[in-house]
Amino acid sequence: MTAATRPTAPTAPTAPAAPRSTADALAAARRGPRRRRAVVVGVLLVLLVALVLVRALLGDYRVSFVDAVRIIGGAEIPVASFILMESTLPRAVMAVLCGAAFGAAGGAFQVMLRNPLASPDILGLTLGASAAAVVSVVALGLRGTPVTVAALGGSVLVALVILSQAGGGGSATGRMVLVGVALAAGLSAVVHWMLVRSSIYQAQEALVWLSGSLNSVTWTDIGRLLVLDALLLPVLLALSGRLPVLVLGDDLAAALGVRVPALRIGVTLLVVALVAAATAVVGPIAFVGFLSGPIARRLVPGRPSVGIAALVGAVVVVGADHLSAYAVPDTALPVGLVTGLLGAPVLLWMLRTRSTPEGR
Amino acid sequence: MTVTETDQPTTAHPVPAGGDDRPAARLRTDAVRLGYGDRVVVDGVSLDVPTGRTTAVVGPNGCGKSTLLRGLGRLLRPVGGSVLLDGDEIGTLSTREVARRVGLLPQQPVVPEGVTVLELVERGRHPHHGLFRTWGRADEEAVAAALERTDLVHLAGVPVDSLSGGQRQRVWLALVLAQQTPVLLLDEPTSFLDVAHQLDVLDLVRGLSEDAGSTVVMVLHDLGMAARYADHLVAMRDGAIVAEGPPGEVVTPAVVEEVFGVSASVLTDPDTGTPVVVPRRRVRPEGAHR
Repeated sequence: MTAATRPTAPTAPTAPAAPRSTADALAAARRGPRRRRAVVVGVLLVLLVALVLVRALLGDYRVSFVDAVRIIGGAEIPVASFILMESTLPRAVMAVLCGAAFGAAGGAFQVMLRNPLASPDILGLTLGASAAAVVSVVALGLRGTPVTVAALGGSVLVALVILSQAGGGGSATGRMVLVGVALAAGLSAVVHWMLVRSSIYQAQEALVWLSGSLNSVTWTDIGRLLVLDALLLPVLLALSGRLPVLVLGDDLAAALGVRVPALRIGVTLLVVALVAAATAVVGPIAFVGFLSGPIARRLVPGRPSVGIAALVGAVVVVGADHLSAYAVPDTALPVGLVTGLLGAPVLLWMLRTRSTPEGR
Repeated sequence: MTVTETDQPTTAHPVPAGGDDRPAARLRTDAVRLGYGDRVVVDGVSLDVPTGRTTAVVGPNGCGKSTLLRGLGRLLRPVGGSVLLDGDEIGTLSTREVARRVGLLPQQPVVPEGVTVLELVERGRHPHHGLFRTWGRADEEAVAAALERTDLVHLAGVPVDSLSGGQRQRVWLALVLAQQTPVLLLDEPTSFLDVAHQLDVLDLVRGLSEDAGSTVVMVLHDLGMAARYADHLVAMRDGAIVAEGPPGEVVTPAVVEEVFGVSASVLTDPDTGTPVVVPRRRVRPEGAHR
């Protein structure tokens, strides 16, 4: 802003290749999408913080914001400390962590497979975890950590079968989706079979693995998922920078320098790791992976955004958890039930308001 | 167009200016065999792609012309023979390295929902970026130049899925132009376009080799358009080259009959001097291959 720099700035004869008008036109073309993106991210962040505060403070027992700050700072307030630190705050934090994991994983998977149906919950990744867990509870009589390990193994196994179709040319994505859907159907049959032959006591135990719930979240669980999210999400976000090229089709993506099979394998591995980690802690929270991507794409059209899908997922789970706890008086519904109930109408609404008939 | 092509049918074609300052990317195949699974579609094709010229590959449906193009662009690994880019076996180069030298536009790329013209064309810069992309001056200039060349600057902020077929095809061309490769491979760039838009696209493509010295290989359905716009014509049938050379030499009644199985009269366009094919009737029954 000093007088010395003034004269050099306006002349700028450095870029004769692009006339001023083109540069202006491109800047103008960028302005709209950029502003929209900034607004969407801002609104989602504010909404997320607001929902976390609501979830943590405005339960049956209300904790004031000032008290909450003091409690987190180390103060001990009777009742409030217990409610906040053992119940509402861990649930809110866990909802954010697993919502972001499900949302990012779902959004990335759908974009990678160019199919809005191709989310990890539809393609059997979460069902793989559920089925393995239910089998180990009902048939093998396992409890605790071994069940979690089995659940992880189930997801990974399903992912490997789906990945076996990732190579080669032609309709690799179509094959991956079909194999996933077929696996999901088979696994759901396994789950039902197991439930039929289980005792009522075992069924109760297995139920946690069928509909996700935040009812018994511990700070240890949160620590584990936080570490995994912190490791996996940034890598997935970096890798998803290539997805805008992949969505143009395998041939054009390859011609633009993307190693298509390698990218598919990389994204799938990250997605299964995120989904398995979140499922192992809270169970399969229905439809979050499925819904976050389409909602994110509706909010910010044109550019697949895994980051925004993660934010949407977090918002959905925190909001749904609050509803699940207080919508029906004296009944704590599993959060997965609420997301499932919300999911169907949202899906129908999106189908009806689809912006282009071809629907890519 | 009509003015520049008056001396067309002769073989002596001046090398276009502007091709000198960029490294000559030479693309050729040596007895290359390409196919899908056990099915061999291109069987022993040896082709020297003329540098800095426009080459058109023509032939009936299923003759292997698109497959040859995919082989030239490294989308398909040869099952025999070789594809050489600047003397290197193309399979030994990385995907990204090839993408900086050879651009390829497939027949029907997917238009993502809601994407604007500018956002789509920007993706053409992908081969010039690492995992953590930084958008630089060169990128901005390449995108601006591509949009200017395809006359899309005024549509930069418009969603691609709201454009007409002809405009969309120009967007895809702009994307490949933004890639700034010395070699361009185009698979049926005019399919589904009406005649006016076909001329638009082909004039644009032709200009690339004439003004910018790009090496262009395009697969075309329409023999007449190919004869008019190509410097070099490659006629294929049953996975092999039947004839190649300047359109004036290649397009003869005998070649048309052998390649397409129709008898035809070949006239000369009074404006451009290029051959015009008037098909008469089918002479080879469907499925009667050699």
